[in-house]
Amino acid sequence: MKPDLSTNIGGIRMKNPVMTASGTFGYGPEYADLVDINQLGAIVVKGICLHPTKGNELPRTTEVASGLLNAIGLPGPGVDGFVREYMPFLRTYDTPVVVNIWGKTIEEYAEVAARFDSVPGIAGLEVNVSCPNIKEGSAVFGTDIKMFERVVKAIRSATRLPLIPKLAPNVSDIAEYARCAEACGADAISLINSFPSLAVNLDTRRPILANKTGGLSGPAIKPIALRLVWLAAQAVEIPVVAMGGISCARDALEFLLVGASAVAVGTASFVYPDTALRVAAGIGDFLEKEGIASLSDWVGSIKA
Amino acid sequence: MQLEQATVIAHAPIQGSYNLLQMRAPGVAARVQPGQFIHVKVPYLEECILRRPFSIFRADGESLSILYKDVGKGTRTLQYLEPGESLSILGPLGHGFPEVSAGHFPVLIAGGYGMAALYLVAQRSPVKGVAFFGGRSAQDILCVPEFEALGWKVLVTTEDGSLGQRGLVTDALDAWWAREGSAHSPELFVCGPGGMLKAAARRAEERNCPAWTSVDNNMGCGVGACLTCVLKVKDGESWTWARACREGPVFNSRDILWEELA
Repeated sequence: MKPDLSTNIGGIRMKNPVMTASGTFGYGPEYADLVDINQLGAIVVKGICLHPTKGNELPRTTEVASGLLNAIGLPGPGVDGFVREYMPFLRTYDTPVVVNIWGKTIEEYAEVAARFDSVPGIAGLEVNVSCPNIKEGSAVFGTDIKMFERVVKAIRSATRLPLIPKLAPNVSDIAEYARCAEACGADAISLINSFPSLAVNLDTRRPILANKTGGLSGPAIKPIALRLVWLAAQAVEIPVVAMGGISCARDALEFLLVGASAVAVGTASFVYPDTALRVAAGIGDFLEKEGIASLSDWVGSIKA
Repeated sequence: MQLEQATVIAHAPIQGSYNLLQMRAPGVAARVQPGQFIHVKVPYLEECILRRPFSIFRADGESLSILYKDVGKGTRTLQYLEPGESLSILGPLGHGFPEVSAGHFPVLIAGGYGMAALYLVAQRSPVKGVAFFGGRSAQDILCVPEFEALGWKVLVTTEDGSLGQRGLVTDALDAWWAREGSAHSPELFVCGPGGMLKAAARRAEERNCPAWTSVDNNMGCGVGACLTCVLKVKDGESWTWARACREGPVFNSRDILWEELA
């Protein structure tokens, strides 16, 4: 019998537990020729703030061993541009649309959240409090518990949509942030964002990226992410969405085993665009082979 | 565009550090437009997670080929791929070269392996024009007989004078323009390193002639999602980013902010 892969992430009902990770799947049309968006658990679009933004200068990315270092700097069309250019397209699919939002001030975060509240077709908001590549704001919100609390509270009071703060990995106590999000009324949490990192060029003696530092993603960060997800999942009752180097179904099953209720495929989509679909299918095959009837029976079943 | 598992048909060095890789890829090959590229996952190179973009050199029936130089880890590893082995390709990607405009005389300008992106332009153009190939030395001048076989005149320049005329490809272009340019309405199709693209674009602007330039930016995803390969293009009085992989790699040279190109 086919196992039941459906899951509910803080009110977002998904047919399977596999989403796209923000920033790695564009706004959808980029991959529509290659991937059936209807088969995704949810689509999480690239970060949106109040106004159009241009992002960082080049180079914006560099490949490192088993990973990708990026400092794109969140270029985007802003709330109005996104709603006008992409929502008509996204509404044609039977897949929840989760918008990743960010701001430079608490007021901006709250305003972006409030603006999306009245937009039809949006299933939830993921809050980027931890982009490592924005000069002002963002990263500070993710690594200072008082700022984190203020921003999550402000967004919570600005929207009725399911709210998913995305946690920064570079904190000393991830459980503290997870609990804080839950206490502030978040419906779920997601983690991890890319890990702040550096790559240098020995010939020029300069950092490779124009932004100097960037965020590390890809298989290189998977064990780091797995530990943090495991710790966070033990700290809260709300669902946890896990991401960090997931490239195949077995990677995803590991995150689900340690307590994540859903996963997101990120950098791997850049390489094999259909990764999220193959991960979803592979989870189903594995559970079926193991005789597990429902995804929820596997989630958090780690023996430790 | 599609993901396809291609099979190596033939793979051999052609000269110096340049290699020709021919593969069977019926899905991708059937849809190739001149100037488009494929994004290749190099087998046996697990620590390098990204694909590598390659201009499509030729596309014949169910097969296509790329011509590449050993420039780093990806291409070095790719060299070991043998006939019968398979590799994952994504393509055809990007916007390539347009057809030659009516009444215009096509002029191809290539630096080093840049000629690979221009072969299909030469093959599919109803008008046989002139091609300028430039490189550091004779080793960097590729496939001249193939272009001549298509009925094109090929003019070669090398910086060290080891083949053709000594100098830069643009020197030969200037000489030709002074001699014969006024008899034609040239339209430029250019692929090569950044400096060469800029030099060609400047000449096109000065002479008010159309020019199509293929840029070679570092790429991530190849389909427009990661925003690694962007370049600045004119947008009224201001500028905006364009993605080399999606809006490009071929751009109208007038649209690019050349002084900003890395």
